[in-house]
Amino acid sequence: MAPLNQAETTDQSAPTGQGDEAVICFDQVSKSFGDQQVLRDLSFDVTSGRTLAIMGPSGSGKSVTLRHIIGLMKPDSGRVLIEGQEVAALSSKEIAKLRIRMGYVFQEGALINWLNVGENVALPLRENSDLPDSEISDRVQEKLEMVKVPDAWNKMPAEISGGMKKRIGIARALITEPEIILYDEPNAGLDPEIARAINQIIRELGETLDVTSIVVEHRIECIKAVADEVLFLHEGGALIQTDPASFFASEHPRLKRFFGTDTP
Amino acid sequence: MSIAANFLRGLGYRVELLIATLLRLGSIVERRVLIANQMVSLGLHMTHVVLFVGLFMGMIVSLQTGIELARIGQQDQIGLIVAISMAREMGPFITATILAATSGSSIAAELGTMSVSDELAALEVMSIDKFKLLVLPRVVSLAVMCPLLTILCDTIGIVGGGLVASTQLNVGWQLYSETAIDALRPVNGWFSLPFDIYSGLLKSFIFGIIISVISCSEGLRARGGALGVGMATRSAVRDSIIYVIIANYMISQMLYEL
Ligand SMILES: Nc1ncnc2c1ncn2[C@@H]1O[C@H](COP(=O)(O)OP(=O)(O)OP(=O)(O)O)[C@@H](O)[C@H]1O
Ligand SMILES: [Mg+2]
Repeated sequence: MAPLNQAETTDQSAPTGQGDEAVICFDQVSKSFGDQQVLRDLSFDVTSGRTLAIMGPSGSGKSVTLRHIIGLMKPDSGRVLIEGQEVAALSSKEIAKLRIRMGYVFQEGALINWLNVGENVALPLRENSDLPDSEISDRVQEKLEMVKVPDAWNKMPAEISGGMKKRIGIARALITEPEIILYDEPNAGLDPEIARAINQIIRELGETLDVTSIVVEHRIECIKAVADEVLFLHEGGALIQTDPASFFASEHPRLKRFFGTDTP
Repeated sequence: MSIAANFLRGLGYRVELLIATLLRLGSIVERRVLIANQMVSLGLHMTHVVLFVGLFMGMIVSLQTGIELARIGQQDQIGLIVAISMAREMGPFITATILAATSGSSIAAELGTMSVSDELAALEVMSIDKFKLLVLPRVVSLAVMCPLLTILCDTIGIVGGGLVASTQLNVGWQLYSETAIDALRPVNGWFSLPFDIYSGLLKSFIFGIIISVISCSEGLRARGGALGVGMATRSAVRDSIIYVIIANYMISQMLYEL
């Protein structure tokens, strides 16, 4: 068994000219459910405008990691910082304010089942903005077209496919034009063509609007298309955090086992 | 965890939920569309059940007491007995039980499903207040619909009692309705509606709040897939009926032992 400490976590400082300030920072975060420890001293950070991909086996705590960032879960020990503020220490008003600037794409879509697709996407604007109805409708339609479901407005969540739910979830997360976006498996259930279009959107948001994102994804094409850096979760910690080229070229035995390239 | 600790935690959460809802009463106008929708689905859609059960309940009371009254030659009083027992006790309690089993379980199942499928987490992440969006409309609509349905239940029960009285107990419809209306004559003279009706409506208003608050809290706290939703629904109906019975006794005690 190879040493599985965090020695291979390389290149923490962003190599490009973009902002160096860490927007999202995990500092020695641990989290257990009962006697099952999911995160163990997890540390990493994401600087402004960059996209971090998180990979790891099923059940390794990727979704749990994302939930910590948006304050749906609190660490048992350690700190999660957003722009230097500790999420778990924020008052409910402060966290609500912070969340308005963030978008979250749930693994299973999490569309509100009694609202139709259009109203689901419109919901954040209806509840938290004073925009007139016509403006909201325009923006919703624009986002629905962006995720390639222009005619879905009147469908109910129960009537659409899993891949469509995923895309509506993405549209809903993007409607408020957030500065930080967390995607939980954005390509799951999508055909290759639509997946490329979605990845293109994720890429462009980072490049043109300086959005900081974390993408949890198993698909290698997605990671190659969107990520500036890749982090591999192993036994609750970061096994490696590096740029995609060195990640996929890594000779680490755990990674080779994960990708099935260890046996000829 | 002990049963007592669990019970206290549940009670604490329900009280918290009730207070959170009361603090948001100012949003009633803003939420009028959702409230109207809930009034239809939680209240109006149950009308036929309430009418059916109320009718038979009135007939049963009339028949059972009528037979006994006839034995002592007092069957003339049947209108009074049916009217008072429907207005004071049967109407509010039957309506509350029906609503706990139908609307209460549907609230718990609906919110429970939202909870286990991450929809509540999604609302939280979007900074949307679940009390305003989900709880307030349900509590307000049941608090309004429960008394309204109780009036229907009372009325149809008294009518049902009259049917039995005139067809099976040889008490004329005229006499029956006179004694029934007489029994409900105002005691305090407010709007010339009788005290028994007020007390029944006050009870059913409180029952409506109890059922909706308990069902919402069970639904919101559901965890763990379909199994969790099933458990939430079961405890919502069970606890609603228990709390309604206890509240019923306490309110009766306060109102009639003054
Ligand atoms: N609310 C919870 N209560 C108890 N255990 C939980 C909870 N949430 C997650 N877990 C446990 O934490 C572990 C990590 O879960 P998580 O959902 O983060 O996995 P994941 O890496 O996202 O997996 P996948 O790729 O399958 O989505 C799992 O073993 C899961 O059972
Ligand atoms: Mg996951």
